[in-house]
Amino acid sequence: MKKSLGDKIFIAFDVLVITLLCILCLYPFLYAIFVSFSEPSELAKVSGFMYKPAGFSLQAYRSVLRNYQIMNGYKNTLFIVFTGVALECLMTIPTAYVLSRKNLLWRNVIMMFVVITMYFSGGMIPTYLVIRNYGLYDSLWSLVLPVMINAYNMIIVRTYMAGIHDSLSESAMLDGANHLQILWKIFVPLSKPAIAVLVLYSGVNHWNSWFRAFLYIGKSVKYPLQLVLRNLLIKGSELDMLNNVSTADHDFVLSTLKQASVIVTTLPILFIYPLLQKYLVGGMMIGSIKE
Amino acid sequence: MQPKIKKFTRANIRKDFRRNRLLYLMIVPCIVFYLLFSYVPMVGNVMAFIDFVPGIGFKGFFVGKWMGLTYLEDFLHNTFFFRLLRNTVLISLYNLIFGFPAPILLAIFLSELPFKRFKRIAQTITYLPHFVSTVVICGLIVNFSLSTGLFSDISVLFGGPRISFLQDAKYFRTIYVASGIWQSIGWSSIIFLSAITSIDDSLYEAAIIDGANKLQEIFYVTIPGIMPTIIIMLILQIGQMMNVGAEKIMLLYNPSIYETSDVISTYVYRKGIVEMNWSYSAAVDLFNKVINFVLLVSANAISRRLGDVSLM
Repeated sequence: MKKSLGDKIFIAFDVLVITLLCILCLYPFLYAIFVSFSEPSELAKVSGFMYKPAGFSLQAYRSVLRNYQIMNGYKNTLFIVFTGVALECLMTIPTAYVLSRKNLLWRNVIMMFVVITMYFSGGMIPTYLVIRNYGLYDSLWSLVLPVMINAYNMIIVRTYMAGIHDSLSESAMLDGANHLQILWKIFVPLSKPAIAVLVLYSGVNHWNSWFRAFLYIGKSVKYPLQLVLRNLLIKGSELDMLNNVSTADHDFVLSTLKQASVIVTTLPILFIYPLLQKYLVGGMMIGSIKE
Repeated sequence: MQPKIKKFTRANIRKDFRRNRLLYLMIVPCIVFYLLFSYVPMVGNVMAFIDFVPGIGFKGFFVGKWMGLTYLEDFLHNTFFFRLLRNTVLISLYNLIFGFPAPILLAIFLSELPFKRFKRIAQTITYLPHFVSTVVICGLIVNFSLSTGLFSDISVLFGGPRISFLQDAKYFRTIYVASGIWQSIGWSSIIFLSAITSIDDSLYEAAIIDGANKLQEIFYVTIPGIMPTIIIMLILQIGQMMNVGAEKIMLLYNPSIYETSDVISTYVYRKGIVEMNWSYSAAVDLFNKVINFVLLVSANAISRRLGDVSLM
């Protein structure tokens, strides 16, 4: 079909707007990459938009990767991500399975019990005090245990499992399988896409979270990466990386260090994300069906 | 499969339990989890009406003197009450006015792109900021906002002055809301994009036969087609109106710009965790939560009356 002039103008405008938006979304990260690879003394001469690193130096990365606080933060974050994801799967999958069974007398009551927590919750203060009372203060478990089930993610898995045809579990029942066997042998393999979404959301969540650590962790050896990064970027603590720097270059060395830490922290996400985008978006779709 | 038992009679309960024992056993961890980490803190909200006693464990929530609404009154008469309320409401309002339509527009623009590959790449790129941590994003914002930062460089490029944007109260809301849109525009557009994809193609064909151009297609087919989705998302967002989280604000603000940046949740943090005014801060938080809930329920009720779209 022939397109009218008006439609062509519209499409040209459309492409322009989307291109600009893409640049806007990408540029801050490119900027961080450029700064992180820059030579501090060269960086001093640059102002405005950067299109490439000013000079080239790996010194910032060398300092960051040798820095105890950042590496220790990495270690803590890895622990949090692995235990967090494992526990969330362990808790969420059976819950989702049970709540996807239609012939359960108490199903709606239990569902209510879960959904209420999405609308009402203890505020920041009672939650904080309760967690202290459980003895979780200053423990990495305080970052994992209170978020073992995320109702939203659980509903994604449940919705997916509810879509698996009844005849499968019925015939397994007739063959004498119990619910645990049915869940493990039939539902888990068939729900892989939903479980992938669960793992990814949970993993990204744990990787990126800082506020809970800010509230519940006092000892700096237990800081997760994001909290270390927050102290460096926002609070301006300098993490003893600047010992042998002349005062003239101080600010620019610090800039390269900051951006190098940003990149080191975000790298896993930037790498994994394009590969897994399909699953992540899939989860958004399953989640929205329920509403 | 066995028929569903519907009535909660004693005989039925016994029968259902015998039949589904293992299922109930499997749900026990979930129940325990929610009791420990959601319902106990929820009950803990009573401390808003009681003078909380620290240092004696869970008893501290209940044994203190009954204060009724004293803490709430203290807050309502506080010098900062109006400022906190204003900042919270204004930030959410700007978020609603500018942040709500943005992903809808993006979804329409994406759906009208005739080049599949370009569309896919654009989606990948615009979703990206959603996955980057708030700390990193705020770190970049703080860096760009310095008087030697990128924003000032751009301002100079256009003949403006160098400004330390985060030291000047009048820029805070713009920075906060604009960066929020930047973070979420792509990811939030997914839901509208999927609503657009599910519009029946024959409607567009009919519109084209009737001589509609692109803009008319958008106004008379696309937008009416995704209206139910728009309304649901609007209700959800109105329900979150008073819920301006402390997380991002605390990364961006500083005492010199409290005038425009201090909101209820950040105040709760400072009064509670920092100053250990436990009961008072819990009361302020509860006040905020109650208003939020009322907003959600009323938005839902209005939409139910207007049409047949509602959440609950």
